Amino acid sequence: MEFGVTVASSGRWEILTVTGEIDMATVPRFRQRLLGVIGAGAQSVVIDLSGVDFIDSTGLGVLMGAAKRVRGSGGDIRLVRTGSRLSELIELTRLDRVLDVFDSVSAATEDSDS
Amino acid sequence: MTSDPTSLDFEIPARPEYLSLVRSLVVEAAEMDTHLSRERVEDFKVAVSEATTNAIEAHARACRDESIRIRCTLTSDRLEFHIADQGFGFYPDQIQILPEPDDPSRLNYERGLGIYLMRVLSDDVEIHSSPNGTEVCLAMQLPTNNSKGKSQT
Repeated sequence: MEFGVTVASSGRWEILTVTGEIDMATVPRFRQRLLGVIGAGAQSVVIDLSGVDFIDSTGLGVLMGAAKRVRGSGGDIRLVRTGSRLSELIELTRLDRVLDVFDSVSAATEDSDS
Repeated sequence: MTSDPTSLDFEIPARPEYLSLVRSLVVEAAEMDTHLSRERVEDFKVAVSEATTNAIEAHARACRDESIRIRCTLTSDRLEFHIADQGFGFYPDQIQILPEPDDPSRLNYERGLGIYLMRVLSDDVEIHSSPNGTEVCLAMQLPTNNSKGKSQT
């Protein structure tokens, strides 16, 4: 699947849906879109990686940086992932300790009206 | 599969858009009667991609246009990928250790996960580095009737 990022709003949440492979070749576009949303003032961000086929350390690093920025301004950032491979990498790098991880976008945003 | 090693040498331009090709080669090599599970192949794919990413970055830092050299070797009990660059080299033992995950300062580190992932996702990692370049050898033990690799499922 070709790499792509789309952004949509749902309640208080800005939802980034990422597809394809996240590596050194595509991570600049991923970082630009993600930091663009955060830089525009989003305080509640969901990153949906359920359509991602591959992610490497550069992509995981972008997620780490996004968590720092959003948390640093008192915001909320959540991750949606499906598939055992992505889950393994998230656990290996302990991203699940610094990001809240959910199995679906609906689960991640279920308190969007609160 | 014979007991003699089968090797394939190839070169890629030191550009990120060739990473997906290298990952495809890992999958192709693993399908050569290695009996590696899908999970182990995926692990190896990440490890080799990380090593190749580092090599591409090394060439960018050194402003070198030369290709990255990659050798794939398949023996009766191992699948190996050697990734060699001509960058400035580094000292693997001096790589900064990341703070523990529960440490809030961990969020300050967006980089430094690559070698960690190589080590935990491969069965064997050797890094030889000098001011003339770095060669990383990543290996997966192939399952046999009596033994299987460390995370074989």
